[in-house]
Amino acid sequence: MTPLLDVRGLSKRFGGLQALSRVTLQVEPGEILGLIGPNGAGKTTFFATVSGFLRPDEGTVTFDGRDVAGLPPYAIARLGLARTFQLAQPFAGLSVADNVMVGALVRHRTPAAARRHAATVLALTRLEDLAGRPAHALSVGLRKRLELARALATEPRLLLLDEVMAGLNPAEVEETVAVIREIRGRGVTVLLIEHVMAAVMSLCDRVAVLHHGELIAVGAPPAIARDDRVVEAYLGEALA
Amino acid sequence: MTVEILATSLANGVMLGGLYALVALGLTLIFGVMRIINFAHGSLMMLAMYATFGLATRTGVDPYLALGVTVPGGFLVGWGLQRLAIAPVLGAPEHNQLLMTLGLALFLDNLALALFTADPRTLLTAYSASTVAIGPVRLNLPRLLAFAGALGITAALAAFLKLTVLGRALRAAAEERDGAALVGIPVRRMYALAFGLGSACVAAAGTLAVPFFYVSPEVGNTFVITAFVVVVLGGLGSFPGALLGGLAVGVVESLGGLFLHGSLAQIGIFLLFILVLLARPTGLLGAAHA
Amino acid sequence: MRELGAGAALAGALLLPLVVRSEHVVGTLTLIFFFAFVGQGWNILGGYAGQFSFGHALFFGIGAYTSALAFIKGGISPWLGMVAGAVLAALVGLLTGHLSFRYGLRGAYFALVMLAFAEIFRVAVTNWEWVGASFGLLVPLRGHAPALFQFADKRAYYYVILGMLLALTAGVARLERSRLGYEMAAVRENEAAAAALGINPYRVKLVAMALSAAVTALGGTFYVQYFSYVDPTIAFGPAHSVEILLRPILGGAGTLWGPLLGSALLGLLGEATRGLVRAHAGLHLMLYGLILMVAVVFLPRGVIGLLHRRP
Repeated sequence: MTPLLDVRGLSKRFGGLQALSRVTLQVEPGEILGLIGPNGAGKTTFFATVSGFLRPDEGTVTFDGRDVAGLPPYAIARLGLARTFQLAQPFAGLSVADNVMVGALVRHRTPAAARRHAATVLALTRLEDLAGRPAHALSVGLRKRLELARALATEPRLLLLDEVMAGLNPAEVEETVAVIREIRGRGVTVLLIEHVMAAVMSLCDRVAVLHHGELIAVGAPPAIARDDRVVEAYLGEALA
Repeated sequence: MTVEILATSLANGVMLGGLYALVALGLTLIFGVMRIINFAHGSLMMLAMYATFGLATRTGVDPYLALGVTVPGGFLVGWGLQRLAIAPVLGAPEHNQLLMTLGLALFLDNLALALFTADPRTLLTAYSASTVAIGPVRLNLPRLLAFAGALGITAALAAFLKLTVLGRALRAAAEERDGAALVGIPVRRMYALAFGLGSACVAAAGTLAVPFFYVSPEVGNTFVITAFVVVVLGGLGSFPGALLGGLAVGVVESLGGLFLHGSLAQIGIFLLFILVLLARPTGLLGAAHA
Repeated sequence: MRELGAGAALAGALLLPLVVRSEHVVGTLTLIFFFAFVGQGWNILGGYAGQFSFGHALFFGIGAYTSALAFIKGGISPWLGMVAGAVLAALVGLLTGHLSFRYGLRGAYFALVMLAFAEIFRVAVTNWEWVGASFGLLVPLRGHAPALFQFADKRAYYYVILGMLLALTAGVARLERSRLGYEMAAVRENEAAAAALGINPYRVKLVAMALSAAVTALGGTFYVQYFSYVDPTIAFGPAHSVEILLRPILGGAGTLWGPLLGSALLGLLGEATRGLVRAHAGLHLMLYGLILMVAVVFLPRGVIGLLHRRP
């Protein structure tokens, strides 16, 4: 099966810092791939480069058979690659419903049609009760959920989730895990950055580990948990 | 077009450029520390010029001595303005901050218009027309003194920032606000200090300009627009940038005036401004943002 | 209930010149509508799309000068000149917008660049004999000539600008609810997030700029026909750019009624201080400066923002 996302030899440097170093990773259609690694490993930089917010210094990014390295973010989003931001970026002055509706505009011509689609997304992400609230009034956890909903509304083939569970309590984490499973059930491939290890291990088909900008391991969760290099990278942090 | 004319024009450009640099220095200091573009910068210069003019005509105080009044005065006014008008909008969206300084400029410029009328005034001193001969060129004395004064103040400011504890605290607050606060630097007071120093600079520039430049309510705007060009050219927040940019703009303006009709040179400055903004919004020497 | 109030206000506005004989009142209202119109023009780019321009007098001046010149030099009716002015302004807007947005200028940099463009036009026009240089342009009076956008009865101008304002308001109301309107709001609120959702910020800002420029230019033509005179400082000067943006900022940028509300407030204030202002030149601008400063601190989202209070 051809990978949905095929990244080869991706490198990115900022001044003296090599943020990504020849990262090669394939994401298969329909899978949930977790991207983990200690802070500063380059995970968000990876997302930013793949989604067009940063230009790679070296390497190729092929999405759904198309070379997308160097395309502007909006073009990549239109092709079906959606991302969320580590620090939630809601349209603060707009309502929750309008936020999601804007996401739907990429595939629906009129605001009315976009609104209808947004309603289904709100239901899927369990945000319908908050539809009329202004986005700035949401708690951090709910903003992350809104971020997810908005990206989902673009009807992506690949969804990049950047720490959507950070700061959530266990119940909220459970709920988000369920939502992500349901999203995958509808045919969306998910690549997620997470620190909440329990969620990563239970949710992901495969896990990739970044450390100092390098990909040091890729495999099924149990194998990764036992991998010496990974354990060393986290300096003894419990993975199981 | 003789060498003398060219050389004189060049020299004039450099001297005026020094003054531009001083004005730009104040602007860039304020931006560097507070990330605010102060539209009222020129208004403060204008007020200093009127103060100098008033002192000279009413009490006979020589403009250069008036520096002793306008520089501390400028500092205090700047400090006060920062506390009163700028501090309340530091957390506000950027456009509101811009509008605040714009409103301040509007207020001050038209206050001057109401008080002093639009008639330009010039101060004539015993040495207004004196010249100093350096090689083949004759340099206008007040312009030369303004240049010297600008350099002196710039050097003093640079020394202050590099060598004193307070100066280093100011730079710390500029570079890393939260970190500075964590180590106990009173960041809000640093902002007031920056605004005060920046205003003192521009007040000094105004005073130095009075012996050879006319005084009117909109003279500040003329200088501040040029100062913006300088600051953008040299890089917002960059000291060396303000200096080099000031000299560059002064020279370009002066030489441009030789070859082009006066106002075309003005247009040239604006075009240069736009070009620099497009090519490198962080200026020629400013740090590149991500 | 709201429809009733709106209907009453509209009826009142339509009937006022017929009932109130005072030329001064009609004139004041005409100016209030005029500033609401150009303010709404600015609002399209500044309020709705979030790109604050400090040089909108550029487009105003283009509108004023284009129609005046077309009439003076070519005998072309200012009604046609108005359209030409709007088209020209839109083109200039596309050019300045392309330069600004293609190179990622935003915030203060964008505000300044627009100011620079306006200043370039001001200086250029001031030194160009053919367009009147610093003396400006005087529109030859033809008495009552509706086909030439001139009316003997000043009240006609009242109805013209009222009509323009109503049409514009309806247009902007539709824009608000349209796809472009939502894209503009998204770009305003968070450009990066909008891009991540497939919206092209450059294109959205450019369209907003063209619309904004065209509308502002229409206002420019009205102005020159109403006052029969324009000069480079009135048309392109920074003071005029401030006048244009002050109303929507005060009333509420990004709202439909902000420009009208701000204009009405400022108009009332102008009336209240009329005697005082006439005594000293520049006093009303001083007052504007003060109002701007106060508004920014206490009404960060304009008067309308007060009504939709945000925690």
